[in-house]
Amino acid sequence: MTTANIPLPSYTPRDFASDQDVRWCPGCGDYAVLTGVRKALAGLGIPREKFVFISGIGCAARFPYYMNTYGLHTIHGRAPAVATGVKLANPDLHVFIVSGDGDLLSIGGNHTIHAIRRNVDMTIILLNNRIYGLTKGQYSPTSEVGKVTKSTPMGSLDFPMNPLAVAAAAGCQFIARTLDVDVKMLETLIARAVAHKGTSIIEVYQDCNIFNHGSFFYASQKETREANTVTLEHGKPLIFGPDRDRGIRIKGGTLTSARLGDGVDESDLLVHDETDPNLAFLLTQMAHPALPEPMGVLFARPGAATYDELVFSQIAQAKMKSACKGDTLEHLLHGDETWVVE
Amino acid sequence: MSQTMTGTGAKPAMPVGAVVIRFAGDSGDGMQFAGGEFASTSAIVGNDIATFPDFPAEIRAPRGTTFGVSGFQLQFSSTDIHTPGDMVNVLLAMNPAALKVNLHDVEEGGIIIADSDEFTPVNLGKCGYPAGYNPLADETLNAKYQIFRVPMSRLTREALAGINIGTKDMDRCRNMFALGIAYWLYQRPIDTTLERFDAYYGGSKKRPEVAAANAMVLKAGYYFGETAELFPTRYEVAPAPTRPGTYRRISGNHAIVLALATVAAKANKDVVFAGYPITPASEILHGLARLKHLGVRTFQAEDEIAAMCAAIGASYAGQLGVTATSGPGLALKSEGLGLAVIYELPLLVFDVQRAGPSTGMPTKTEQADLLQALFGRPGECPCIVVAPATPSDCFDMTIEAARLAIRHMTPVIVLSDGYIANGAEPWKIPSLESIAEIPVSHPGPEARVNGVYQPYARDERTLARPWALPGTPGLEHRIGSLEKQHLTGNVSYDPANHEAMVKLRQEKIDRAAATIPPLEVRGPESGDVLILGWGSTFGAIATAGDRLREAGLSVSTAHLRYLNPMPSNLEQVLRRFGKVVIPENNLGQLRLIIRSRFLIDARGINHVRGRSFRVDSIVNEVREMMDTKG
Repeated sequence: MTTANIPLPSYTPRDFASDQDVRWCPGCGDYAVLTGVRKALAGLGIPREKFVFISGIGCAARFPYYMNTYGLHTIHGRAPAVATGVKLANPDLHVFIVSGDGDLLSIGGNHTIHAIRRNVDMTIILLNNRIYGLTKGQYSPTSEVGKVTKSTPMGSLDFPMNPLAVAAAAGCQFIARTLDVDVKMLETLIARAVAHKGTSIIEVYQDCNIFNHGSFFYASQKETREANTVTLEHGKPLIFGPDRDRGIRIKGGTLTSARLGDGVDESDLLVHDETDPNLAFLLTQMAHPALPEPMGVLFARPGAATYDELVFSQIAQAKMKSACKGDTLEHLLHGDETWVVE
Repeated sequence: MSQTMTGTGAKPAMPVGAVVIRFAGDSGDGMQFAGGEFASTSAIVGNDIATFPDFPAEIRAPRGTTFGVSGFQLQFSSTDIHTPGDMVNVLLAMNPAALKVNLHDVEEGGIIIADSDEFTPVNLGKCGYPAGYNPLADETLNAKYQIFRVPMSRLTREALAGINIGTKDMDRCRNMFALGIAYWLYQRPIDTTLERFDAYYGGSKKRPEVAAANAMVLKAGYYFGETAELFPTRYEVAPAPTRPGTYRRISGNHAIVLALATVAAKANKDVVFAGYPITPASEILHGLARLKHLGVRTFQAEDEIAAMCAAIGASYAGQLGVTATSGPGLALKSEGLGLAVIYELPLLVFDVQRAGPSTGMPTKTEQADLLQALFGRPGECPCIVVAPATPSDCFDMTIEAARLAIRHMTPVIVLSDGYIANGAEPWKIPSLESIAEIPVSHPGPEARVNGVYQPYARDERTLARPWALPGTPGLEHRIGSLEKQHLTGNVSYDPANHEAMVKLRQEKIDRAAATIPPLEVRGPESGDVLILGWGSTFGAIATAGDRLREAGLSVSTAHLRYLNPMPSNLEQVLRRFGKVVIPENNLGQLRLIIRSRFLIDARGINHVRGRSFRVDSIVNEVREMMDTKG
């Protein structure tokens, strides 16, 4: 479909609000994400009907109902598989997957990994609140060890999954993270993720104020954020702290935190190169309290072929070859060996 | 080589009506190839054929063991036939294990041609014969069967003496020696097979020496039959009278592949096939993967669930989503099927059934997924279910399934099974013009009423909802797995709405009965007994019915190709007969439905032996039922 000569649509965030009442709990971090996504989409200049929001099951998975775009609320864990089918059928659509940590990492972990490794051109927004909310408070695959929940009265035993490290291992070419409270950063990340060809993942630290309130307060609050997160900028040194007097250095392949001054200056600090996959993996390993947790684009490397492109390039090749050979449906039905009965 | 080898034999040829031949050997012995060649050649000379490949799940079980035996059975006939036959007339046994496994299927007085070189003490021991015993020398067996001992291994090597290929390649030609004998015995021309060697080994494989070796051994086997004075008679099976036209041989799985490409053309949509490898359905994925030039896109998913869900996504986005699997995979797809039912999207799911439960016997056939297909989902979750009756019927029913899915906006399950998937028969190739277009429509922006689009507004006649595609300006809407409000599709927990929607979804499927053909009866329209079947038992049931009628009994047969909804005249048909008998390759699943729906005391003939029904077992059991007058 050509859009040449048609003026780019101009939208406001309201244009992306469906007529449905939003039913998340008051104070839920999902509200801010919804606002950020609507704002971001309004600024992209892409026709509204081109967007498809796809989710699995869970609180976060109600997201598509609240977007005035095309939307599919699917079944538990399967959004990446449905999304892959959508892109195979119509690669022109802009597909978003919005779902939670239980959905995309536990029951749907398999599909998330495989969608990423195929590099299907779509954006995953992972709303990570480290808890099962809709089923009323069981620990999730990102919950910290020892978490006391309804299903783990003596504390959870399993080690949490690091979603961005998994994404990196699966070959994801666009990896980012932000906080539910940082709508501005989310907008920027979405614009970049949509521009990126291939699977992009944005992890959002999201507060479940009912079952896991304050889980990310070490990173999201005014008084904690500067000390416990570091905002990444391509080509800039990693500096953080309330007084911007701390930085990250790399020594022997290990990241350490250092105070500026006392013989350490900016030139000693690690400079962010968002195209470096090895660095990307190291960044995914930065964890509170040992190190500040990185926010922004951890890794973005354009150029890898997407699954959808490759599929359609094979189809084009096959069509060209068959046109030369004159292979038609008629030929197919006949096969190599026929006989005639008079 | 003479192009007219048939008829050159000095021996008289005895005319016979139909012959069942089985090639049996190790899974690496090339029995499927030899059997397939015999089938092709027989079809080309005008016989009706029906084939039954029977192979183990193990790719290469240890050589010489009974569990590694692979067989290919074929019936070829001068009349119309519907099954690969009950009892084997001719068994070609390439080793002791093949003889041991297949002996009980050979008719008394039947021919056994064995590779005597393979009947060594070691090989006899491998398949559990006691030390010192050789069945080929057993007097009882020799009295019961016509056993021919042919040193095929030695003769194959001798035929290839001086040829520059390895011993391994030489031994691989043994199957062609056996095929050569069979060709001679039944006066078949060997040209088609010779041409295949050239095309395959001489062409893409770039091994002309192997083509030459196979050709030499095939001829050696043929000449052996002619010169060895071993066989007293040759046989002749005349061509079967059949409708004029161009024919080919086709298996059920292959028919599905061809039909899906035809669907793409007739619906003017691409088929997006998402699959996951599973026996015996994988060939559908393999076949379609080669049809990218004909509007077929294939996707090998990470699992059965993903395959199902990708097919749903594809249908949502405007192509026709299709997936294929077997019973265990259908179980995994159940939740996705439910999603497709509540989305009300067109979709095809092929279940090539195999023996269960669980992994069961992957290469063996069964019909035990009927209830799973009809009911195996959470909630009230109806969809259309159809079942092809024969390999070639897979073509027609696939196209029919696509037509129903699109017209009624519903997933359709097609129940094939291992028997018709792998079995083959002659197929009169249809002209493309004779196949009707599959109408498809998608609403445009004008579908909004007072500025609002209603994704669950329904067609008055069919109750199908519109198939609105993402990308259409103005029709932005959300659909989900939660219960939806009538018309708007918004989430709704309203009790009355839920009940209305459950009934609407059921009613929509029920109404599809208006467009499916009535059930046809083979034989008189009323009488003492109706043998009712579904799926791959068609051949055995139809043949059994014909035989019972020939014997003067009041028996008719009918076959259900539509299992949900069923043909609207079904009850009328059933009530015209004194007794209804339902043979099934399960413990009575269709019978359960018929009894509960119509309160008719249907009797079952139920076998679950991992193989197709035998005609004689139906004939005998129906006779018994008629005798006891129960």
